[in-house]
Amino acid sequence: MNPLLPFEWIAAVRFLKEGRAQTLLTVVGASVGVAVVVFMSALLLAVQANIFTRILSTQPHIAISPPKDEARPLRDPRIAGEIATIQAPAQKLRSIDQWQKIRALLQSIPDVTVVSPSVSGAAFAVRGDASKAITLSGIESEPFYKIVNLPEKIISGSARLAANDMLVGSQLAINLGVGLGEKIHIRSATGIDEIYTISGIFDLGNRGANERSVFVPLRAAQNLLGLQGGANALDINVADPMTAESMALRMAAETGLQADSWIKTFDQLFTSLRTQTAANRAIQFFVGLAVALGIASVLVVSVVQRSKEIGILRAMGASRGQILRIFLLQGAIVGLLGSIVGSALGAGFVQLWRIFARNPDGTPFFVITLAPGLFLIAGLVATLTGLLAALMPAISASRLNPVEAIRG
Amino acid sequence: MADIPATPPVLRLEGVRRSFGIGTDVEIEILHGIDLVIEQGEFCALIGPSGSGKSTLLNIIGLLDRATAGKVFIMGADTDSLADAELTRLRSRRIGFVFQNALLIPAFTALENVMMPQLVDRGWPDEAMRRNAESLLGRVGLAARKDNLANAMSGGQQQRVAIARALAMNPALILADEPTGNLDTKSAESVLALMREVNLANRTTFLIVTHNMELARQTDRIIEVVDGRISTGTNTPLLPAVA
Ligand SMILES: Nc1ncnc2c1ncn2[C@@H]1O[C@H](COP(=O)(O)OP(=O)(O)OP(=O)(O)O)[C@@H](O)[C@H]1O
Ligand SMILES: [Mg+2]
Repeated sequence: MNPLLPFEWIAAVRFLKEGRAQTLLTVVGASVGVAVVVFMSALLLAVQANIFTRILSTQPHIAISPPKDEARPLRDPRIAGEIATIQAPAQKLRSIDQWQKIRALLQSIPDVTVVSPSVSGAAFAVRGDASKAITLSGIESEPFYKIVNLPEKIISGSARLAANDMLVGSQLAINLGVGLGEKIHIRSATGIDEIYTISGIFDLGNRGANERSVFVPLRAAQNLLGLQGGANALDINVADPMTAESMALRMAAETGLQADSWIKTFDQLFTSLRTQTAANRAIQFFVGLAVALGIASVLVVSVVQRSKEIGILRAMGASRGQILRIFLLQGAIVGLLGSIVGSALGAGFVQLWRIFARNPDGTPFFVITLAPGLFLIAGLVATLTGLLAALMPAISASRLNPVEAIRG
Repeated sequence: MADIPATPPVLRLEGVRRSFGIGTDVEIEILHGIDLVIEQGEFCALIGPSGSGKSTLLNIIGLLDRATAGKVFIMGADTDSLADAELTRLRSRRIGFVFQNALLIPAFTALENVMMPQLVDRGWPDEAMRRNAESLLGRVGLAARKDNLANAMSGGQQQRVAIARALAMNPALILADEPTGNLDTKSAESVLALMREVNLANRTTFLIVTHNMELARQTDRIIEVVDGRISTGTNTPLLPAVA
């Protein structure tokens, strides 16, 4: 007997060892349950993390823009009700008033990691007869690259932007039939026309974006779009992207400007991800329930089989509490063993997934990581499940009448 | 010299009754008012026809069961008012059991079975417990079998282990319900001799249920239960107590 274990542990372990086949079956059952839960959770986390990183690699967490002109009712104080609606004017480019001041203000908020001013507007890229509608963005490369890591997305040339340089999307380059170092005209709605040299071609991983996006230095865009010294957007990243919405609300209140978080922008996506998470929870719950019922039913049988031994232990002076704990422990131990084996199995599934779930070109669909916390939680929940499952059988064991148990 | 207060008897029963099926139409009273006193160091046999209520009485004395009416005193303590946990403690410290089928716990070795009462009482195994169990196994002649699993021994050997187990807490009273019922004559004799030896060495009180008159005659006192009552005239020693 292990002198480091109390009586209840010793008895619980012995009983489990003696009931080999039953113990094995319940442990296997619990393991499969834990493995499924671990694997599904890891997969779901990875899918969601992958979606987030994809979105956030081309999106700021929060975008600040000038307040919008909105449609508003025209009222006559002498007549109750609305006499007409004044439609919102077509949105024309406007700079954020005193954007440098606001930028400083935003940067002073803790958890704001970067604020990047930009000027964006519609323009045309012209080369010979070809003319393509583009979205022209003027940026300060240093802060902007912290939000959209363009240097990483460059497929030829570099992301460095000198005064007359421009970066174009790969599809636009193809459409215009231009390559690195070649020059094209950029013509804005105000009629200004400038020539820029292609210093880099990028791939944002999205055909639409690759077809339209053009980046130039901030000052160049200010001139082209007629917003000298202005900025019509402040792009912001924060420490935890999941807090973006509450921070955006705060920023809007503090500045009186429009502040849109990526969470608001991708509202539908978040709803569907939440649904996915809820479905996963439900599956986990029912897997847990099945495991618990398995453990409980085996323990119920075990209490009946061991009723004589329980009676002897009671005659030897074991209290009801001791008997109760012996059976609770058996449940908990099965849960714990199940979680250990199940975690290993789950990790194995994840490894298999890493090997086999690949794109035709051999790159993985996405990266699955196994957080140690997941195993910890699985272990805790499985042990607790075992304990709860054992509750009913353990209570019935502790209530056995020793006289009847021994006679039986 | 000051008067030494008389030590209370190990066991005193006053008007003990036991009914089964109370509140149903098969209600039946098995024990009809048992009065009995057993002093420390007595070596008694409890006899009586099958179904007379011997085991029922033994379970009540052993605090495994409660009387429907009447009082049970163990070493002067009134057990009537005790809660289940207190009964359990009293049972564990004062009373040892030996059953007809030794009733060892099969998942444990002979040694571990003998350690069990102390383990249950103290909660954690220790060296002293092990040594105590080893010496008890030596005393019943099974030192060499200490690591055998309970099931791997003969009936007589198991019964010896059970006696060693009953001695583990050095109880005042050992209750044995047909301890030799399943043994051949030779094993039965040696088990009885062992109990007598313990009785003499430790002044441990024994109450032994048996159907074997031969065996009963070797005790100091025969108590006979007939129809749920102690039959008159037998509540006295048949033989002079061995000094
Ligand atoms: N839990 C119970 N419910 C109903 N009747 C019971 C119960 N326990 C014992 N009895 C009855 O009480 C009577 C006495 O039983 P007990 O086991 O005490 O007899 P005994 O003297 O030990 O007999 P034996 O020599 O055969 O062991 C029997 O008729 C038995 O059927
Ligand atoms: Mg009997």
